[in-house]
Amino acid sequence: MVYVIIKELSPSADEVIIVTSSLMKDMTSKTDMYRANAIRVLCQITDGTLLTQIERYLKQAIVDKNPVVASAALVSGIHLLQTNPEIVKRWSNEVQEAVQSRAALVQFHALALLHQIRQNDRLAVNKLVSSLTRGSVRSPLAQCLLIRYTSQVIRESASNTQTGDRPFYDFLEGCLRHKAEMVIFEAARAITELNGVTSRELTPAITVLQLFLSSTKPVLRFAAIRTLNKVAMTHPIAVTNCNIDMESLISDQNRSIATLAITTLLKTGNESSVDRLMKQITTFMSDIADEFKIVVIEAIRSLCLKFPLKHRSLMNFLSNILREEGGFEYKKAIVDSIVILIRDIPEAKESGLLHLCEFIEDCEFTYLSTQILHFLGIEGPKTSDPSKYIRYIYNRVHLENATVRAGAVSTLAKFGALVDSLKPRIFVLLRRCLFDTDDEVRDRATLYLNTLGADGAVEDMKEFLFGSLDIPLVNLERSLKNYEPSEESFDINSVPKEVKIQPLAEKKAPGKKPTGLGGPPPGPPSTIDAYEKLLSSIPEFANFGKLFKSSAPVELTEAETEYAVNVVKHIFDGHVVFQYNCTNTIPEQLLENVTVIVDASDAEEFAEVASKPLRSLPYDSPGQTFVAFEKPEGVPAVGKFSNMLRFIVKEVDPSTGEADDDGVEDEYQLEELEVVAADYMLKVGVSNFRNAWESMGPDCERVDEYDLGPRENLAEAVNAVINLLGMQPCEGTEVVPSNSRSHTCLLSGLYIGNVKVLVRLQFGIDGPKDVAMKLAVRSEDEAVSDAIHEIVASG
Amino acid sequence: ESCPSIKNILLLDSEGNRVAVKYYSDEWPNNSVKEAFEKSLFTKTQKTNARTEDYVFNEVGGRVIPWIEPGRVSNEDLNTTEIAMFESHIIVYKFVQDLHFFVTGAENENELILVTVLQGFFDAVGLLLRGTVDKKEALENLDLILLCLDEIVDGGIILETDANVIAGKVASHSIDAAAPLSEQTISQALATAREHLARSLLK
Repeated sequence: MVYVIIKELSPSADEVIIVTSSLMKDMTSKTDMYRANAIRVLCQITDGTLLTQIERYLKQAIVDKNPVVASAALVSGIHLLQTNPEIVKRWSNEVQEAVQSRAALVQFHALALLHQIRQNDRLAVNKLVSSLTRGSVRSPLAQCLLIRYTSQVIRESASNTQTGDRPFYDFLEGCLRHKAEMVIFEAARAITELNGVTSRELTPAITVLQLFLSSTKPVLRFAAIRTLNKVAMTHPIAVTNCNIDMESLISDQNRSIATLAITTLLKTGNESSVDRLMKQITTFMSDIADEFKIVVIEAIRSLCLKFPLKHRSLMNFLSNILREEGGFEYKKAIVDSIVILIRDIPEAKESGLLHLCEFIEDCEFTYLSTQILHFLGIEGPKTSDPSKYIRYIYNRVHLENATVRAGAVSTLAKFGALVDSLKPRIFVLLRRCLFDTDDEVRDRATLYLNTLGADGAVEDMKEFLFGSLDIPLVNLERSLKNYEPSEESFDINSVPKEVKIQPLAEKKAPGKKPTGLGGPPPGPPSTIDAYEKLLSSIPEFANFGKLFKSSAPVELTEAETEYAVNVVKHIFDGHVVFQYNCTNTIPEQLLENVTVIVDASDAEEFAEVASKPLRSLPYDSPGQTFVAFEKPEGVPAVGKFSNMLRFIVKEVDPSTGEADDDGVEDEYQLEELEVVAADYMLKVGVSNFRNAWESMGPDCERVDEYDLGPRENLAEAVNAVINLLGMQPCEGTEVVPSNSRSHTCLLSGLYIGNVKVLVRLQFGIDGPKDVAMKLAVRSEDEAVSDAIHEIVASG
Repeated sequence: ESCPSIKNILLLDSEGNRVAVKYYSDEWPNNSVKEAFEKSLFTKTQKTNARTEDYVFNEVGGRVIPWIEPGRVSNEDLNTTEIAMFESHIIVYKFVQDLHFFVTGAENENELILVTVLQGFFDAVGLLLRGTVDKKEALENLDLILLCLDEIVDGGIILETDANVIAGKVASHSIDAAAPLSEQTISQALATAREHLARSLLK
């Protein structure tokens, strides 16, 4: 008992001395139980130095005859591996011996420890697994461990084997016939989780799981249906055999099992069974809790998208359950599903909108009513007979609370604006709204009556009334707060349209702490759409045309400097924009008016046309500043640019966060950046290079040979050329088998001007290390082919 | 981590209050979080039917001793073991009289492994409390139950699942506590359990 208490108390290092000496005596005592428990306690409270002293005893304990002692030592080893791995690794010989032990659980613990010690060494794990699958494993727990390790080995060797059976698959299949259910289930689960598993491999596993489905033990049923649910997501056909068993599970007492059965059936069902399934689900829905219901709704939604022809019965089902009792989340899920169905299945639109209208007649959630009204406003006018919906909407104006009434007024106005034939009648209705008790409703009605009633310029009005607000709300709020009442009125155009990009926080993994945010600035999300949006929102760059390519961020400062800057190069037809992402890592400083002075003396073809400074750069909040250059259109100009960061720095008091009023101008040298030919090439792959090559035709083909000089090896030469050209390797030809004397590499890309380019490179090693290369280029424009050769010749 | 690990083992009474619990994971950092978890878990599972009637008894040497054949778990027992998913954990549980046994594992854990742990705990407690498994007995023998918990799982890793071995280990711990005369019958029973343990280890 004392041992348990010591473990709970976990004394600190100084107090521990007293306890440890008596514990160490216990470790060598004759009573086995004392030894075992002393070991466990010591290992939990000890630190590295003490550990070396008792290491000798621990090693002896691992191979002790008494299994309790051995298990205690091994389990402690597993725990210690987290804190003192080097010490534990020295025990691998003893642990290896323990794996051969006759006691079942000792083998289990030894196997676990050995695997953890060796887990980074793939070969060792492989050997361990092969020796044990052939040998005898005594306890079911150890067998389960072995199955898990086997799947790990299979996963890691998967990339190499393309054909035939996987290694160890036979072992897994054999485990399906083991005595212990634990092992059978573990093996079945492992098979279903193999990468790229085929139906043939799945069949024995699914047969076993099907047997479990009809077991009397709830745990087996649960385990089986959960695994089948996962399989159904990727291989629904394989699971269809179990449909009958799963249907009987719908009425299972355990609600989790029933829900899983329903969702699986929804994935594996085919069109004919949908109606039958819907009937069964209707009775089932009233029994289960809200959270399960939401899961079922989402499954139904995906089912409907899979079988659009069945939308009528599914839509009826959804509207029926919408009418029943339910919480907010549940109804919201249903409404969202109906909305998605209306959007994606045009035939369902009319019935769906009608269902939604009926729902808002007595919906108790304001949020949902306003959402639906807004949605009606968008979709209603597009239908064949919009006047149907007017009655429902107008009723809202009379019967509901103020928020819904205001929403209804907006919707009516939208109908009026977009459907001319209804306009006079809508006006009559809107005029009645002018007498409403709530001011928001009256304001809206007045606004719409005046703007829509006026003749002419209806299009602008529509945009004003119903267009979306481009300005991010955060910025609007901030500007309004900063606006002080004065002579000038508030100018909405002065609200910055760019959102200050916050650092992307890491998604918190369950149980782990979020990692820090230090380091180089992340820059805006790096998809070309995001960049396009960003650049087109800056008026100076808006007329540069379509963005051709944005490079990856290139660091211009070393790590751990005061200001971290990286640059993204955006290539347009006749311009190049450099976007500098800057981060200030000094808490006591606030930078203002940050610009980059670019010296383009080494790049004659470029001329600076615009620069957009960054107004303020506080601590730890990345910002962007831009410099734009003009270049001759269509010409892939290259050049070097040296950069200097210039700014006004103000001292900040870290405790209050306030900055001084006057600042000092300062400069900070950044590294050079280069615009190279590869920047003008987009990596675009082709799936069948030969076809593309043949169809391109030899008219614009250029072939030439180059001597690349001495290189480390063939792979290095190939990579150098690929990086120089900036094209996409096809069909895996960038991988050079080691020790080969020659290699053919196939590249494809899209050159500026939207010209498709295909390149075939043949490399050969001559003599000691000289690499020779034959370059064949085919493209749609011979100038481009020449340009490619130019690049290689000069690179 | 591919080693099967247990997140916690709970023993609650018929109102959801703690009798004996042990947590092996950092997901519940302080006591209030733990208690909230126990309460909500209890309410969720209360309505299900996970009840066993009584333990299996055997006659050994003229005395009735609770004895469970190692490795054989009666079908009765397994039929009343229930399972549920709760807050992205898997929980297996069993009820008897006014005590509720729970074992929690991660979402992707092998459910059957959790069941063996639950069964081992359940049967070991049955052995230690000599068949009367209810809240009063459990509280009077809390030290045995805590020792039992300690011998089943160490820091999340399964140490032992055979109920007889567990009970035997617990018995040899507490055998040294001064045994007043009134407890002699207990020590006799535990001595028999140890005998069986020694036999099973030598098998």
